[in-house]
Amino acid sequence: MNHWIIMPLLLPLLAGVLLLMGRKYELTFQRWLSVIATAALLLITITLLAAAAGGGYQVYTLGNWPAPFGIILVLDRLSALMLVLTAMVALFSLVYALRGTDAEGHHFHALFQFQLLGLNGAFLTGDLFNLFVFFEVLLIASYGLLLHGGGAARTRAGLHYVLLNLVGSALFLFAVGILYGITGTLNMADLALKVSNAPPEHAALLRTGALLLLVVFALKAALLPLYFWLPSAYSTTSTPVAALFAIMTKVGVYAIVRIFTLAFGVEAGVVAHVAAPWLLPVALATLAAGMVGALASQDLRTLIAYLVVVSVGMLLTATGLFSVEGLSAALVYLIHTTLVTAGMFILADIISIQRGDTADRLEPGAPVAQPLYLGVLFFAGAVAIVGMPPLSGFIGKFMILQASQGNSAMGWIWAIVLVTSLLGLVALSRAGSVLFWQTKTEASLGAPITITEALPVVALLACSPLLVVLGGPVSEFANATAWQLLYPAGYIESVLDTYADAIAIDPGGQP
Amino acid sequence: MEALVAVVIGTLVACGVYLLLRARTFPVVLGLTLLSYAVNVFLFMMGRLTTGRPAVISPDSTEYADPLTQALVLTAIVIGFAMTAFVVILALRARGDLGTDHVDGREDNP
Repeated sequence: MNHWIIMPLLLPLLAGVLLLMGRKYELTFQRWLSVIATAALLLITITLLAAAAGGGYQVYTLGNWPAPFGIILVLDRLSALMLVLTAMVALFSLVYALRGTDAEGHHFHALFQFQLLGLNGAFLTGDLFNLFVFFEVLLIASYGLLLHGGGAARTRAGLHYVLLNLVGSALFLFAVGILYGITGTLNMADLALKVSNAPPEHAALLRTGALLLLVVFALKAALLPLYFWLPSAYSTTSTPVAALFAIMTKVGVYAIVRIFTLAFGVEAGVVAHVAAPWLLPVALATLAAGMVGALASQDLRTLIAYLVVVSVGMLLTATGLFSVEGLSAALVYLIHTTLVTAGMFILADIISIQRGDTADRLEPGAPVAQPLYLGVLFFAGAVAIVGMPPLSGFIGKFMILQASQGNSAMGWIWAIVLVTSLLGLVALSRAGSVLFWQTKTEASLGAPITITEALPVVALLACSPLLVVLGGPVSEFANATAWQLLYPAGYIESVLDTYADAIAIDPGGQP
Repeated sequence: MEALVAVVIGTLVACGVYLLLRARTFPVVLGLTLLSYAVNVFLFMMGRLTTGRPAVISPDSTEYADPLTQALVLTAIVIGFAMTAFVVILALRARGDLGTDHVDGREDNP
């Protein structure tokens, strides 16, 4: 058993507890501890990704209880990829927080580590109820982070976020209850097995449970009727938190991909493809609605927050095809959009600080202190996020369009993806020209950026050309991951083998 | 018995949803609490309603109550308590910061 699998949970937990105990010490100590823990997390997750890239499933049985009786962690390509993405976004957001956000209130670093614990747990767990618990861990940490720094706007957005997520948690428990009542198991692999053998008279209840889960995950991912909390929450919170939250909507996307390929996918018998008729239309509608919001935005951060909604629509459009091509396109786009969006949130904050009183409102104001430098970064980020060649967004969108060929909804997908891309171009061109060109004549008051500010933006945005250079290996990896997801027999077998192994070691024992 | 419990859960959910839609923080918090009670009873019922059966292994019993749902309910209750405590504090903070107890932070004037 590879004990490194549990390290992404233990490390943030330990760091978080130490940070809580060390709250009396000065901020420098907390900063060092937090940065070192997050950097170590990145190294560990990269090692895990290298281990998972070979294609095997690694199952970690907690307390050595074999599945389906104990809780398990499962490392496969998708979970390893999500872990690395989380650690990367977290490290750069944290570095940017060192410029002063973490001093605006108490416990920033402890909450940050607990947030990572929840995220990593949600990506690793192979148990439905455990997924709920890790969702709650990441949510309660995110409530604290979202409100960090205080202020009326944050309180208002935070109240909506908290109340909606509490209702979401109640629905999650109803769904878990229904599925447990029918199948008698909470282990995802065992659930998949039980669902595939379910008699037709259970179909209605199973479908109810599955679709309730879809609603919960759609709330987390911010799909159409459930995304209205996102723009105000993301645009009012502090910048490092907004950058970290670039991964938060992807937790919902991850959960949809995981559950609806593993337990309710091709093999699911009476409830096969239960999400398919809903996911694609809703995702396309999200794409369109998000882009309308982006066009109507009055400031840069709200604009980027709406682009998060757009990216979720794009991701789930590709996922909704439920084909190998669609899923691999979604994965390539997922890597790109998470990193670039996080970078754009940080860049928006730098621009906003340098513009003084006008902040990031899209109206003529004082010029930024470094128009050339920030202008180039903004241009690169905008090209990447809209999906124009030569940067990574283009590859993702191209793969999505290619994957939709032959699908009955192909016309809709092409039309909406292409039109929203054009509208995105309009929105970002308007924002860029107002921010950098429509300046009043007075000199800028802002100070030039320092290295802790420049490093996260440059590093996150540089991932976009890097993804193009490494396009071959990345799309091969995405393709292999999509195969693993759509044909989950190997997953189910490796999880339930832990039971056979336990019997083999101790034939007389009670497993 | 099943019908009675089902009716109770349904009533709790209906009251919870009604209060949630009141859009003032105090009724909303009460609504969330009712909803979480409904969830707890619902989860408990998923182990099927039985009486007089042990949940842990005992020598003179061959049939057992489902211990897993009881563990799930305990976890859900603990998490529900923590979340309710948090949302109460947040509601008080919102009342102070925004000067109103409306969830949108402003009195609605249609």
